[in-house]
Amino acid sequence: MSVHSYSDRRRPASLSHKLSEVNWRLVVLITLIACAGFMMLYSAAGGSFSPWAARQMARFVVGFFILVAVACVDLRVWMGLAYPAYAFSLVLLVAVEVAGRVGLGAQRWIELGPLALQPSELMKIALVLALARYLHGLVPGEVSKPLKLFVPLAMIAVPVVLVLMQPNLGTATLLALCGALLLFLAGLSWYWIVPTLSAVALAVPIAWQFVLHDYQKQRVMTFLDPHTDALGAGWNITQAKIALGSGGIVGKGFLLGTQSRLNFLPEKETDFIFTMIGEEFGFLGSMVLLAMFALVLYYGIQIAMKARSQFGRLLAMGITVNFFLYIMINGLMVMGLIPVVGIPMPLISYGGSAMMTVMFGFGLLMSVHVHRGIAVPKRSSGMI
Amino acid sequence: MRRLRRRSPPKVAKDKGRYASFTRRTLLLSGGMTAIFGVLAGRLYQLQIVDGDSYLTQAEDNRISLRLLAPPRGRIFDRFGVPLAGSRRNYRVLVVPEQTRGGVAAAYDALAKVIPLNERVRGRVLKDAAAHKSFMPVLVADNLSWDDFARLNLELPYLPGVQPDVGETRDYPYAEELSHVLGYVAAVSPEEKAQNAEGDQLLDVPGFRMGKRGVEKTFDKDIRGQAGASRVEVNAYGRVIRELERKPGQVGEEVYLTIDQELQSFMYERLKDDSAGAAVMDVETGDLLALVSTPGFDPNAFNVGLTPDQWGALTENDHKPLINKPLAGFYPPGSTFKTVTALTALDAGAITPDTIFHCSGQFTLGSHAFHCWKKGGHGAVNLRQGLKASCDCYFYQVALKLGIDALQAGARRLGLGAPTGIEIPGERAGFIPDRYWKQATFKESWQLGETLVAGIGQGYILATPLQLCVLAARLAGGMQVTPHLVHSLGAQKQPRPVVEPIGFSPEALAAVRDAMVAVANEPGGTAFAWRITDPALAMAGKTGTAQVRVISEEERLHGIRSNESLPWKLRDHGLFIGFAPADKPRYACAVVIEHGGLNAHPQVQLARDALTLAQKRDILGRPTAYPVNSADASL
Repeated sequence: MSVHSYSDRRRPASLSHKLSEVNWRLVVLITLIACAGFMMLYSAAGGSFSPWAARQMARFVVGFFILVAVACVDLRVWMGLAYPAYAFSLVLLVAVEVAGRVGLGAQRWIELGPLALQPSELMKIALVLALARYLHGLVPGEVSKPLKLFVPLAMIAVPVVLVLMQPNLGTATLLALCGALLLFLAGLSWYWIVPTLSAVALAVPIAWQFVLHDYQKQRVMTFLDPHTDALGAGWNITQAKIALGSGGIVGKGFLLGTQSRLNFLPEKETDFIFTMIGEEFGFLGSMVLLAMFALVLYYGIQIAMKARSQFGRLLAMGITVNFFLYIMINGLMVMGLIPVVGIPMPLISYGGSAMMTVMFGFGLLMSVHVHRGIAVPKRSSGMI
Repeated sequence: MRRLRRRSPPKVAKDKGRYASFTRRTLLLSGGMTAIFGVLAGRLYQLQIVDGDSYLTQAEDNRISLRLLAPPRGRIFDRFGVPLAGSRRNYRVLVVPEQTRGGVAAAYDALAKVIPLNERVRGRVLKDAAAHKSFMPVLVADNLSWDDFARLNLELPYLPGVQPDVGETRDYPYAEELSHVLGYVAAVSPEEKAQNAEGDQLLDVPGFRMGKRGVEKTFDKDIRGQAGASRVEVNAYGRVIRELERKPGQVGEEVYLTIDQELQSFMYERLKDDSAGAAVMDVETGDLLALVSTPGFDPNAFNVGLTPDQWGALTENDHKPLINKPLAGFYPPGSTFKTVTALTALDAGAITPDTIFHCSGQFTLGSHAFHCWKKGGHGAVNLRQGLKASCDCYFYQVALKLGIDALQAGARRLGLGAPTGIEIPGERAGFIPDRYWKQATFKESWQLGETLVAGIGQGYILATPLQLCVLAARLAGGMQVTPHLVHSLGAQKQPRPVVEPIGFSPEALAAVRDAMVAVANEPGGTAFAWRITDPALAMAGKTGTAQVRVISEEERLHGIRSNESLPWKLRDHGLFIGFAPADKPRYACAVVIEHGGLNAHPQVQLARDALTLAQKRDILGRPTAYPVNSADASL
């Protein structure tokens, strides 16, 4: 064991030392991406900081401090908080389901004093934490044992079902995929994976028939043929593609996107903000953004690989995979490759909940990085 | 710590295996992520580079909207530059729903207190407002009076969302007088939109009105002008953000008619209570100086849109204001046709001016007696006397000698039985029968008796007043003139065919003209009582009466009932053809008054006064206001 880590020292590392251990290159990269988001929000408002850009910047600043603060907290503390956080998120999800019975279509928000919280956002972090903690305690062979496997599957299934009931297909998909990939990374046997994938393939038609809501089916149908309802539900997809495509190689220029400025683009400040980048900065701008995202993922994977503890690795990969799924689902959606589901582009789309979740997630990722040398005991309750 | 260390070796061993598995799978997953990024990049490449141009076009289509601008319609003038159709200001009031306080209904109710509006409009306005975006103005009322409009503008500060507007609308100052010549304009019908083969975008301009009848219809494409366009940038809701480019339209061509409005007005005023058709024509060129159809309709009302009541009044009127009588009304020409019989027979050599036939009051052919209008007969009659007294027996015998085939051919040469080819639509051909038609239609051969009846312009023969005017002009000038209404479009003179001589011998023509002079100037002539007394202005002509009922044998015995004693519908039609001055004809004229065959001969009186006015005004001698271009000047 040549690795020198904090655990080898008698005294806990100082705050300043921890700060120096933060991967500032990643922080700068995240900030750059967020800045691209500010620019697009400024442009979406027709060249104005209000109503979106200024508030988003304020949120990012808060998120930035959350990131640094979370990064400085010992990984074992996070491990100790994993189950309570999961339980708390679950309670909120149930609460939203119960309290939100009355009201409009989808119930996704809960009022906690002055805060409007989206419990499904919390769950994205909590599920990763909880799964990482549970899988941390298992040896490779154990993961595939049915009794041991039942627990993580239930941990994934319960929130997924609750979120589906809201109904929020996008987030449910994201949670399910994220959980499944963590099980995969934890060493789930291929004997489980292959039959499950086959079963899923079989289940799709059944789900179509019995599980999906009418509006969800409608989204899929219009996705398959946007022109059937070009002014209704197909509008989003059609206009998004026009916005992206009309950007060409170098784009129409900052503040010059006609699709967004003239309101042809729906939800341009939230889910469809990537199309604004495509329209105003073209293929080159889009590729630069994708490259920055890829670099973030690269850092995430690197942090995971260097972590000494299984908890750290799974946590880092969980966060990274989560971030990746955001990009994948949003990207495929705005480019017209999958049906429209409500998943924002991380760091770019306007929205407080998502920004906080993402920054908190990066905080955890950074915590793994800062505490990469720590050997985490199977149970870390002593740290709290 | 010691305990921890001691326990660590198996843990590290366990973790090594776990780490190796984790690393493998992480790398596998990274590969998957890379693939997804590849898909995203590939899709962007396809959308932005491969299909970029197509999407750029779609984006431009999205944002740029072409708003057509309707140019002013070309004006119409008479030969002396009197405007007959132009534009007048149309005071309108609109409501912009999004600018109202308390909704469209409230704004409407407030507006109704200022200007008179009826409840039916309210429903339409609310429906229109609901059907469009809230920034689209909705028309509440147009053609407001100046008083209402002024009051509205005064109250405007208290009427948020109400928008006064001044538009232009087609205006016909002479209304009914020229309704059948000019026609009218009205909204484009779906059929007209479907027939728009050239794809003139003007037809799609909201509020565009196209010519529906008369000159407005025939020359609609020239008069309407060319649409201007305003390229505007619109947002997703259709609201105009800014104007990018404006191309003004091209004003429609101005039309100069050959009509003299003063003569037209005079004749219309005299005939307005009758159901009549009349025309005055230049003998040499065929230019129509007046073309009157009474009663007319108000084309301004058509432009605004007729109310059901107005439409009902027009269609139920027994004087049929919607029929263009000089073109589409056809009547048995009656005795006016005797000029045709006479000229054809003279030219064919069937008779000479001195050929004498006897009239005993009736002419018997086989077992059937053909009556003269004069009980007791005219005695020995030559051509001049025959025409002057309009002796039926004389012309029965001329027709018998001439035969139907030659008579039919002569009538056609004089312009009967075929459309005259006047510029405006709706003309009917009239009818000249022949033996082939009889055989084909009735499966019977032509009877000699029918030739006799044809010789006095009765039977199957039908002619329009315009054809009778052409007949008068051809008799007067001996030239094959055709009627024209339009002199020039813009600065371009309308092409006119070269007028050829009609081909009847000059002697024959002179003999008929001489007899027509006698009709209107010599005692015993059927029009003598209504002659023009000034010898310099004297007219020549031929009277006619067309029966609209069968006169029974019993009535012949006990005296034919006078027209005055019959209901209007059963009275004879009164006809007259004439020309003036008698010695050197310049003006030809035809008048048909339906059921106007009265002893006072109003049709002859009108012809007399119209020809007098035309000569006194010296319509053909005065300088015209035609804009003649250099190409025409050299001709």
